Amino acid sequence: MASRKNSHKIFFLSLSRYYGFYTGGFIGFVILLAIAEQMGMPNAWIGYIFMAATFGLYAGIGVMSRTADISEYYVAGRRVPAVFNGMATGADWLSAASFIGMAGTLYLSGYDGLAFIMGWTGGFVLVALFLAPYLRKFGQFTIPDFLGARYGGNVVRTVGVFAAILASFTYVVAQIYGVGLISSRFLAIDFTTGIFVGIAGILVCSMLGGMKAITWTQVAQYVILIIAYLVPVVMLSQRITDVPVPQLMAGQVLQKVTEREQEIFNDPQQLKARELFRHKADDTDARIKGLPGSLAAERQTAVRGLARIKAAAVPDPSAIRDAEQALRNLPRNEIEARETWGREAERLRASAKASHPHAEPFPGENENERDTARLNFMALAACLMIGTAALPHILMRYYTTPSVKEARQSVFWSLFFIFLLYFSAPALAILVKFEIYTKLIGSSIADLPAWVAAWGKVGLVRIDDINHDGILQLAELTLNPDVILLATPEIAGLPYVVSGLVAAGGLAAALSTADALLLTIANALSHDVYYKMIDPYASTPRRMVISKILLLLVALVAAYFASLKPDHILSMVAWAFSIAASAFFPALVLGIFWKRANKWGALAGMAAGLGLCLYYLISVKFCGMAPWFGIKDIAAGAFGLPAGMLTLIVVSLLTPAPETEAQDLVEHCRYPRL
Amino acid sequence: MPLSKKHQEYWNKNLRMTAVLLLVWFLATFPVIWFVRDLNSLSFLGFPLGFYMAAQGSLIVYVAVVWFYARYMNKLDKNHGVAEE
Repeated sequence: MASRKNSHKIFFLSLSRYYGFYTGGFIGFVILLAIAEQMGMPNAWIGYIFMAATFGLYAGIGVMSRTADISEYYVAGRRVPAVFNGMATGADWLSAASFIGMAGTLYLSGYDGLAFIMGWTGGFVLVALFLAPYLRKFGQFTIPDFLGARYGGNVVRTVGVFAAILASFTYVVAQIYGVGLISSRFLAIDFTTGIFVGIAGILVCSMLGGMKAITWTQVAQYVILIIAYLVPVVMLSQRITDVPVPQLMAGQVLQKVTEREQEIFNDPQQLKARELFRHKADDTDARIKGLPGSLAAERQTAVRGLARIKAAAVPDPSAIRDAEQALRNLPRNEIEARETWGREAERLRASAKASHPHAEPFPGENENERDTARLNFMALAACLMIGTAALPHILMRYYTTPSVKEARQSVFWSLFFIFLLYFSAPALAILVKFEIYTKLIGSSIADLPAWVAAWGKVGLVRIDDINHDGILQLAELTLNPDVILLATPEIAGLPYVVSGLVAAGGLAAALSTADALLLTIANALSHDVYYKMIDPYASTPRRMVISKILLLLVALVAAYFASLKPDHILSMVAWAFSIAASAFFPALVLGIFWKRANKWGALAGMAAGLGLCLYYLISVKFCGMAPWFGIKDIAAGAFGLPAGMLTLIVVSLLTPAPETEAQDLVEHCRYPRL
Repeated sequence: MPLSKKHQEYWNKNLRMTAVLLLVWFLATFPVIWFVRDLNSLSFLGFPLGFYMAAQGSLIVYVAVVWFYARYMNKLDKNHGVAEE
């Protein structure tokens, strides 16, 4: 045994050396590119070189980690040291939404957005206390494996497979969508091509080496993504406060933002702009109500206007072009009009709404609204935390450490590496808000900084000088949440190479999460369904082939869905947490901590939790059901989880205690050595 | 397999520590949200305290809890003879 321990140590040291060199090499590479940029290398080249270098790197790690060994393919041979597993989990966890969208969400919602920050970190406390060490001791391959072994029989396993796929699929579609978006934006290729380039990058890695390959790639991806996130934030902090520690300085900047908010919100021109937006929204509503007559009238006006311009003594060609364009842009029919005008009215109402101070918790018109906002914050934070502790692609990572001891340490490292990003995001949001509130708002629209126009071109920034005073008021500026992070390098006045770095970081975040999710889905199908239920006598080569074919199929299906640019799927990503929390958490945790939990209880509990959660999600989102206690659909787990927990306990107590086999398994999991 | 007294003691200690740390997690999360307006009358590093907790403070508590649990349990394993070699 001493020799095994020794070989772990040697392995750890050589890993540290490799990744040390790698990190140094990556920093050197970025510096070289920065020098090349100063010497006049065009921006497009920098984008290409970044993409080619990072994709080449991931593919290279994938090729080097190729394997035909079952344990390496499913759990990386269980020799990933705690620190590296922590980094891999960090990359696994930090998705496109966390990397690109989080700062923007915090910018737009202020305090209320912090529910995500608390939820996505606090969940790891539950992973550490309730799951990771016990699952590591159990030591199989997938999460449904645990359910199958603990509760006996394939029925519980099947429910587990179903829930795992349900929770992972919408999530992976959103990641692939993110990959398509970033690669199309920075490589100037079309969105669908971007998706398939991304899928190729994912498959090279995961098909060749399964969990082993994605683990070592994820470590490399974590290094890139954390550098890419911290560099612009630190530089922005240096520029604004002269201190390069954004987390420390954000509090003082927040005070300045709060002071500035009072001036901006009460500026007479701002109030006037909001009033104008409200009128325009009312007009749009009236037009929608007047359909189809209003559309016909508009078309007639446009046609008449065009005729008048054409009939002028000296027709102005650009005016004709504009008028023709306006006519073409009119909705073609009533349904289309209802949709476009509806969206427009919504946008106008959003601009007309009163802004609220960044630091103010639970803003609302009255006490009732504020209480509902508070309740939603708590419910959302709880769902995100418990969901974190139940998502299969995260829990799976704790099967890969060499021991229970390292599994525990590995949760600490995971949380630490995730914490580095999440505790910088609120600071970033505050710093960017300060820049925008002091440099943009109240300035003349004619001389806004260049980044505003650049991101305006791709539709992420929108300026509408509704009161025609030539000065930008807060209500006249609309920002897409993604732009907050993407534009940070330009706001901080950094060279283009940092923008390329941020894109590479976003890509690393999306790819690493997609890797893990695809593997989770494919493994649920190949290991749990095929091997455990259909053909338990399958040979090792056959299992590997089936796993890889399923991985390819799942990837293609997910890519197909992402290429449809589905609005609904993107808004459903956060559902994964409620689904996982309701379906898995009670069965997993009580399976370890309560010996009396039995098959019937688990089955009924999972079905009740998942069922109630899905019912609530779908009814509120699509069927217009009034939310219970005002809880939004995103926090449906607030009902599903207690229902699942209660059902599991009651049904278990009503049915016979589980067999000694299951009870022995519980003992086995509880003690690192028994 | 019959469990020795030592094993039971190990598990009970684990349960007790789990409960304590769960309480810490709970206190760092839900009361901090519920009473955020009251906390905001104090200030820390220039932040209103309630805002600070949700943005950084509670996160630091979470990291500390997980670090402490790993350390405590790894020691407990050794003391009760259930550590992996």
